[in-house]
Amino acid sequence: MVNIPSSINDPIPAAEVEDVELYHPHSWWTTYVFSQDAKVIAIQYSLTAISIGLVALVLSWLMRLQLAFPGVFTFIDADRYYQFITMHGMIMVIYLLTALFLGGFGNYLIPLMLGARDMVFPYANMLSYWIYLLAVLVLVAGFFAPGGPTGAGWTLYPPQAILSGTPGGQDWGIILMLSSLILFIIGFTMGGLNYVVTVLQGRARGMTLMRMPLTIWGIFTATVMALLAFPALFVASVMMLFDRVLGTSFFMPAIVEMGTQLQHGGGSPILFQHLFWFFGHPEVYIVALPAFGIVSDLISVHARKNIFGYRMMVWAMVIIGALSFVVWAHHMYVSGMNPNFGFFFATTTLIIAVPTAIKVYNWVLTLWRGDIHLTIPMLFALGFIVTFVNGGLTGLFLGNVVVDVPLSDTMFVVAHFHMVMGVAPIMVIFGAIYHWYPKITGRMLDETMGRIHFWVTFLGAYLIFFPMHYLGLLGAPRRYYELGESVVNPPSAHDLNIFITMMALTVGAAQVLFLFNAAWSLRHGKDAGGNPWRATTLEWQTPTTPPPHGNFGKELPVVYRWAYDYSVPGAPEDFIPQNEPDPENRSREHAS
Amino acid sequence: MAVVFILAFVAVASVLFHLLSPWWWTPIASNWQYIDNTIIITFWITGFVFVAVVLFVAYCVLRFRHKPGNRAHYEPENRKLEFWLATVTTIGVVAMLAPGLFVWNHFVNVPSDATEVEVVGQQWLWSFRLPGANGKLGTSETRDITAENPLGVNKNDSAGLDDIIIQGGELHLPIGKPVKMVLRSIDVLHDFYVPEFRAKMDMVPGMVTYFWITPTRTGTFEVLCAELCGVGHPQMRGTVVVDNEADYQTWLQQQQTFTQMMAASGEPQTAQ
Repeated sequence: MVNIPSSINDPIPAAEVEDVELYHPHSWWTTYVFSQDAKVIAIQYSLTAISIGLVALVLSWLMRLQLAFPGVFTFIDADRYYQFITMHGMIMVIYLLTALFLGGFGNYLIPLMLGARDMVFPYANMLSYWIYLLAVLVLVAGFFAPGGPTGAGWTLYPPQAILSGTPGGQDWGIILMLSSLILFIIGFTMGGLNYVVTVLQGRARGMTLMRMPLTIWGIFTATVMALLAFPALFVASVMMLFDRVLGTSFFMPAIVEMGTQLQHGGGSPILFQHLFWFFGHPEVYIVALPAFGIVSDLISVHARKNIFGYRMMVWAMVIIGALSFVVWAHHMYVSGMNPNFGFFFATTTLIIAVPTAIKVYNWVLTLWRGDIHLTIPMLFALGFIVTFVNGGLTGLFLGNVVVDVPLSDTMFVVAHFHMVMGVAPIMVIFGAIYHWYPKITGRMLDETMGRIHFWVTFLGAYLIFFPMHYLGLLGAPRRYYELGESVVNPPSAHDLNIFITMMALTVGAAQVLFLFNAAWSLRHGKDAGGNPWRATTLEWQTPTTPPPHGNFGKELPVVYRWAYDYSVPGAPEDFIPQNEPDPENRSREHAS
Repeated sequence: MAVVFILAFVAVASVLFHLLSPWWWTPIASNWQYIDNTIIITFWITGFVFVAVVLFVAYCVLRFRHKPGNRAHYEPENRKLEFWLATVTTIGVVAMLAPGLFVWNHFVNVPSDATEVEVVGQQWLWSFRLPGANGKLGTSETRDITAENPLGVNKNDSAGLDDIIIQGGELHLPIGKPVKMVLRSIDVLHDFYVPEFRAKMDMVPGMVTYFWITPTRTGTFEVLCAELCGVGHPQMRGTVVVDNEADYQTWLQQQQTFTQMMAASGEPQTAQ
């Protein structure tokens, strides 16, 4: 047995878990394909998510082309337009953002940053990826099925989602979509349980919860939330599948469709909306919290300064996570639910603004009196702050029930959620890729290409979505194949739509440069060394880069300090790795 | 330096865009001026925060960007500062929420003298029903819908026999009188949306929803559907005309009642 010292700062004996040969893979297949190494699974998740994300990006171009030049591209008919918006939304939210943050970054970073050899259940972790891949394939199958994919909008509101007036409603589209979601949730649950148990049980010695990097706190909180929220979507999907296939009436009241009385009766369309948003609102934070965590670390590392108010940052995340389960009906202010719910949900929604604002303050206060290196990850972090603050503030319009009434279902909503859960988290994803690519590959991404990529993406995305709010303020409704003659579609609005489409195409093109950079730098990038950013966290302290299976070689690291000992007064360097002993107890984590 | 300039430019240009933008809400035609006012308050508060944060970031980059020999300040926490920032934020949030809830209270409480007007949505058409001489709408039921009785008005409810039915035509409303818009759908979700009225609400099959307005300006307004209802969603348009009282009465006299409609289609009456 190992002698566990009474205080975390006491000298700790060498780690007791030595690397053992037994569990390493021995064939190409088990090393690169059916791998149980969290890092390989992370890359599989990321590449799959980015690939399907590119499909969603192309879909967004097609719908923007229709909005700017209605009728010019004849292959984009109304059916296809609704199929494009539906698939774009669902892919981006679930199959790209959720999968990339949790399956991608979660898998790569949790074991490495916590000083673990791997996830605690590597086999379930592997299954998680393969079921996710199956979910993606079932989703994509919609494009090839008779009738095409569903065009019900990403919210899939019944009754229209399963009726013939909606593309895919009475064909294969909706069945494949719901099946894919069910598979995704099964796969995610396997991965998610892994992340939670690894964080709780797999940490290196000395790595107390309050010494974990905020990246891990973000991913951990988001995973717990996802495990609680996804079941609501799961049951809603199963119930709708029953309504569609077996003729049950969970969500189907008496309906006369195109003059024909349907056999359904007694169900509640609003029940689906409650289930959907009970998942859907936490989902926003399932994407946002990992982004919050990662961006905190990017800012801290590249400003060479401890994150300001670490404990407040942790608690703010936990509070946001908890509150996000009691705000869901702010998506339903005009759904026809009892309007008195508006008082409760507007209040809870605006309360969330307080911990969220604290996070923003702490990011910018981390910059204050820092030593800001304007690296690519730092640029993306700054881009995140601007877009997140913008998108978060417009949330105060939509959360405030009476203000939501004129704005709901308009382009204002589209602009808001793209800014806050599209652009802002994607800024963080790019920043994170530029930041950790050297650890994953051993090489740096090209700096010049990175800068061009950042400026075009950041400014372009801002120019797409900032003016779009004003179309919504004018009254332009969302999900319109064409607005045509209307008081809310003056010629000037049409010009603005053309401008937005041009920007969307430009931003899309810039991503080609990014993909080229990622491929080119794999061979030609500058050699990164083990710790190019001079960061404190454990993933940068691995004996070899890229880290091999088992991560830390012979002995696991032992942690002596928090993750933010940058520019500690009196220290010889401007960073002290977490696994460096602290004989003089100089670190001032939890200072006050 | 370019970073500092561009960040500051984003803040300033966003404000200028807001002030100079030609895209602004349509001239209001209902009593919900309160909603517009709450939006204005929210714009002021959020606009101030946005500009302050972005300019602060720009200043930090200008002042604290890396130069050889620089070293960051080491200060893990500052309880006092965090407390004050949280307090000021809370005050800002209350300043937006309080008027919002106040107006919402007004929104959910329909005045007792409001006249009921029913709007029925179906793919992809608006129909309307107004109470007849008795001032009351009769009951209705989706199951009762037939080709001759497209809104499913209950033939056995005498209150409904004099109801005025408008299928696919214009709805007229008198100026200055509160109306409770009673909303029904017979197939999928729809949303009765007149941009100039500000208020809107989903129409849900299987239940009855509502909102209320007082029209404050005569004119002809476009009705749009604001909840995705299938491929015909963008074509689901209608017209609302706000009349002065005399014009309204003239229009009202020309409309057919439920009884007349049934008689025209040869369906026998069965009212008790």
